[in-house]
Amino acid sequence: MNQRSAFKSLTIGTLVFWLIVFELFPIAMIVLVSFSTANSSTLYTYHFSLDAYRQLFNPIYIHVLLRSVKTASITTVFCLLIGYPFAYILSRSKLRWKNLLFLFVIIPFWTSSLIRTYAMIAILKSKGIINSVLLHWGVIDHPLQVLFSNTAVIIGLVYNLLPFMIIPLYSNLEKLDYKLIEAAQDLGSNTWRTFFKIIIPMTKAGIIAGCILVFLPAMTIFYIPEILGGAKSLLMGNLIQDQFLFALNWPLGAASCVVLIVILLLTLGIFWRASRSNHRGALL
Amino acid sequence: MKQLCKFSFSTLVYTFLYAPIIVLILYSFNNAKYTLNWQGFTLRWYQLLLHDNQLLRTVGHSFILASLATLIALGIGTLAAVSAYRYRYRGQTLIYTLIIILILAPDIMIGIGLLLFYNINHISLGFISLLLAHITFCIPFVMLTLNSRLQTLDYSVFEAAKDLGASEWTLLKKIALPLLSPALISAALLCFTLSFDDVIISYFVSGPSFQILPLKIYAMMRAGVAPEINALSTLLLIFTFIIVTTATLLQKRP
Repeated sequence: MNQRSAFKSLTIGTLVFWLIVFELFPIAMIVLVSFSTANSSTLYTYHFSLDAYRQLFNPIYIHVLLRSVKTASITTVFCLLIGYPFAYILSRSKLRWKNLLFLFVIIPFWTSSLIRTYAMIAILKSKGIINSVLLHWGVIDHPLQVLFSNTAVIIGLVYNLLPFMIIPLYSNLEKLDYKLIEAAQDLGSNTWRTFFKIIIPMTKAGIIAGCILVFLPAMTIFYIPEILGGAKSLLMGNLIQDQFLFALNWPLGAASCVVLIVILLLTLGIFWRASRSNHRGALL
Repeated sequence: MKQLCKFSFSTLVYTFLYAPIIVLILYSFNNAKYTLNWQGFTLRWYQLLLHDNQLLRTVGHSFILASLATLIALGIGTLAAVSAYRYRYRGQTLIYTLIIILILAPDIMIGIGLLLFYNINHISLGFISLLLAHITFCIPFVMLTLNSRLQTLDYSVFEAAKDLGASEWTLLKKIALPLLSPALISAALLCFTLSFDDVIISYFVSGPSFQILPLKIYAMMRAGVAPEINALSTLLLIFTFIIVTTATLLQKRP
């Protein structure tokens, strides 16, 4: 009995300790610093103030925030539109091929995302691969100016984040009981009705998990706008990076981070409700 | 017709996912330094890479960091996952929530949080700060991977062993670990690649004393990526490909 409880408290205790020290405490620090005052010599002094939030309502920051939300929303919609049918096809493919096809979605992860994003320049630039092909086929007369624009940033984001949408959707669709679909069809439900009334509600947790995994990183992966975007495509992530590393206004950076925490908690609430209505552990 | 539609759609998605990788492999053989246009075949960049000690050192650092982070995260995560499977305890939902948050939180949030944490505790930025950060973001993936495998196991095996007088450690060593080995391998691979490629979290918690590959690449990017990096990525891709294929072949899927 004694040995069992020792094992239990040691193993769970280590995990709890780790999560509290390296997750809860750091997140609490972000909130704390966001309410402190900027100080040029010690970075911040804890003296309660709303200064950082006042600065956040500066039109420039509001503009960046809105642009980030817009970019992230477009990215999420595209990932969902591509990822959902793709995950569905994958989950319905022959058992023999399934694991292999899924593995092929993961393989791109094995090379640095920085390098892959950089390689996209060669594809998107005005004398790049896409333009050469389109010009050659006579689809366009002039090269498309995609690189260093918002469009390029969105393409880069969709590219980098698509697997994060596909994985939770795939694991949800895999567990889907296809007898229900057959039952619905036997009872005379057409394809669209089956899709919206049965498949979508049953994979809701996967959809939400995928959207969170795409939306927040889309606002914050600072190197993608840096590599593919122009001067006007900087997003929240670039703003936070700048406040912490260069402008050294830590409270403002922390306050921008709090905005992300709030978005995360809101979406988490929705996810929680959705995953309770079907099964837990919908993430992987 | 429907089949054709499905086929062309998936082909398009795969093309999208692989196009940049093919480009980077091609350019690792491109005989030009500052342009992305094709100038002929060369192995120059591979030769240069083998003599670039500074770059190879950062690769070594990344290897050490990723291996240690994987090992420790695997240790903490496996013990906790097995324990959580065997026993009920208070605060189970809270721990589950913390793990989900850790997965869903954008990297920048974890990076900034840890930066502030290290700053207030006067932990200098370098190897230790990176290691602690990497262990932290690996743990939830170990937990989730093992958890989904544990759910498929037959609990009565554990009860039988316990009735026959097996101690906790025997149980772990002789039953849990062998049954979990395929999941342990996938978790280890996942952690290693996550750690090896992490840019954003590492960016905030690293210092000049311990340079790692992704940040080195990030720093080089401002001047344009040297073709050496393409060569290095190609080699790393082949390396991981061999490891993962062997691992997949070794573990028989249930």
